[in-house]
Amino acid sequence: MSHARGLRGLIFATIAMTMAALALVFFYAPLDADQGFVQKIFYIHVPMAIVSLCGFVLGALLAIGHLRTGDRKWDLRSYVAIHMSLIFGVAALIMGSIWAKASWGHWWVWDDPTLVSFLIVLLLFATYQPLRFAIEDPERQARYASVFAVVAGAFVPLNFIAVRLSQGFVHPRVLTLTGGNLPGSMRLTFTVAVLAVALLFATLCIFELSAKRTRIELRRLRRELLGDDAVAALRRSAAPS
Amino acid sequence: MTTVRDDPTAAASAHADGATRPRPPSSLRTARILLAKDLLLELRSLETLPAMALFSITTFVIFHFALDRTTVSGQLAAGILAGTLLFASMLAINRLFVAEREQGGFDGFLLAPVDRTALLLAKAAALFLFLVVLEVVAVPAFAVLLLGPALGARLGGIVVVLLLADVALAVIGTLVSAIAVHTRARDLIGPIVGLPLLIPALIGTARGLGSVLSAHGSHWPPGKWLAIVALYDLVFALLAYAVFDFLLED
Amino acid sequence: MSTTAVELRGLVRRFGERTALQGLTVSLPAGATLAVLGRNGAGKSTLLRILATLLRPHGGEAAVLGESLPRRAFAVRARIGYIGHDPLLYRDLSARENLRYHAQLRGVSPVRIEGLLEAVGMRGRGDEPVRSLSAGMVQRLAVCRGVLHDPELLLLDEPRANLDPGASRLVEDMIGRPAGVTRVLTSHDPLEALAEADLVLGLRDGRVEFAGRADDVDPERVEELYL
Repeated sequence: MSHARGLRGLIFATIAMTMAALALVFFYAPLDADQGFVQKIFYIHVPMAIVSLCGFVLGALLAIGHLRTGDRKWDLRSYVAIHMSLIFGVAALIMGSIWAKASWGHWWVWDDPTLVSFLIVLLLFATYQPLRFAIEDPERQARYASVFAVVAGAFVPLNFIAVRLSQGFVHPRVLTLTGGNLPGSMRLTFTVAVLAVALLFATLCIFELSAKRTRIELRRLRRELLGDDAVAALRRSAAPS
Repeated sequence: MTTVRDDPTAAASAHADGATRPRPPSSLRTARILLAKDLLLELRSLETLPAMALFSITTFVIFHFALDRTTVSGQLAAGILAGTLLFASMLAINRLFVAEREQGGFDGFLLAPVDRTALLLAKAAALFLFLVVLEVVAVPAFAVLLLGPALGARLGGIVVVLLLADVALAVIGTLVSAIAVHTRARDLIGPIVGLPLLIPALIGTARGLGSVLSAHGSHWPPGKWLAIVALYDLVFALLAYAVFDFLLED
Repeated sequence: MSTTAVELRGLVRRFGERTALQGLTVSLPAGATLAVLGRNGAGKSTLLRILATLLRPHGGEAAVLGESLPRRAFAVRARIGYIGHDPLLYRDLSARENLRYHAQLRGVSPVRIEGLLEAVGMRGRGDEPVRSLSAGMVQRLAVCRGVLHDPELLLLDEPRANLDPGASRLVEDMIGRPAGVTRVLTSHDPLEALAEADLVLGLRDGRVEFAGRADDVDPERVEELYL
């Protein structure tokens, strides 16, 4: 399991942290006075959103690594980070929507600048895979995807600032990421939840990375042993190979 | 600095001894050469500009029917104008590098001993100029067809906002176009990648115009929106400058 | 300055999983002509594009006119002339406008353009858009474009395509042996290429099948290359 070094330890840590988080959410964190039980979605929605955004920025940093070194393994890491962040991001968005519906009766609210910015960021990163798929030459695909990842990564903070400034005021009934005023018990639960989601993200990324690397290695060995012609050409794909 | 171009005798004796090698143009001069070539090509073929103008005017007509309004003002007017210009710019963005791609322009440029970032500068300048020409047609058309408040006193405010917006469109448009032109789904990738990237600039532009186009109140855009668009322009210009070379190398 | 115009050692270039060039090694002295032979897909055009600095080597070493690629590619671009399959001319611009554009990009005086047009017999049609010219005329213009800046090294990928014997004779002074510069060329007609070459490189699937002096090569081996 050379491509999955440390994966086992990571899986255990993730399970442990997730169980701790669930325990805290259901048995320790106080019930919200206004929203009741439904408010507890906050403990998964917000951490997923935070991890997703950090993942996009991580993808951008890894892409810089690829552009500077030309080594395609950085592109593979960047791809996995962005790919996983998009999944987490869509999940966070859906959960936010459920929360909004349960609390205030609307599936979507424009009042919250963070939610709106998040949607725009997802709309941008959703084009990452179609872009990759549309470029057939693997070297160029990796290079262009990295350029995109860098630009999109820089876009994330700029977008949040611009959208926030466009709101007249921050509406009080807000699904924000401001953990600043959380009481102690909520803060602890929230922190553990963030750690749990982050560990889950890392585990899934390493899992996907090791699967891809193994497949690449396998293909390389088959080509070496059987000759180029015996191994069928790769289908067009968005994933690095 | 006189280049060899100004001194024919030196060029005439350009032997392989290296002593009288022609001197390649500077970055800025290269950008000017490229820009002149693009403007000449557009003048010859007249493909992009008329299409953008027609598209804009047709869109105004569509908005009239879609909204069932004969006049608009304030934020609604700003939204229609900014949105229409944004979508019309997509037409130019889709075509920006097509001649290079299809007629060997990339190779022709990459073979030359010049600074490659000059291509970014030239294309962004060309796109900027196309947008300005478009606005010279589209803004009066908008004023005639849909705008309630009078154009005259507001023209200065509109020009300022749109010029800043044009810089954002030019820089991001060039970047996105350079990415898209090497893909198979060229016409699709440009808009889906470019539009989200342009949203912050659109926010500043639409809000800025909203104040200008309102029936009452100041005819100048609030500084806040101008600052947002200007800063966005600056950041993306630097970003584009940093990454553009990676799009050209092979 | 080095008297070796082109020096390759173990040159590698990949396209995705396929290796287009595998370990090419060749040394071309200044002033000599190298003919690159092989079937379609053997790697001839790829090799020329690498020498033209349009593609970067993925492995091995490459030095053109004493400058190492890709690190020093910018230093050597002004001294190389590349004529490939694509004429690199804008179809909506005239011959003069195209040549002026390329001249400007290289800091070459536009007075050379008239002389070049005259040499290929295109002076009278210099102001028509390229799209209205025949394939042979376009190829003649492409040759003008390639030699506009008096390059020390010519990279010619099937330079006589579309040229009838008359036109071929016209460009001989510019890109043939009389030009007196180092040349690397390919041709759809291997024997024709061999006739004007000093050295020859035979490629099959990106690998060197044979290499050596053009005089010494066995015509049968050349034929086998294309089977």
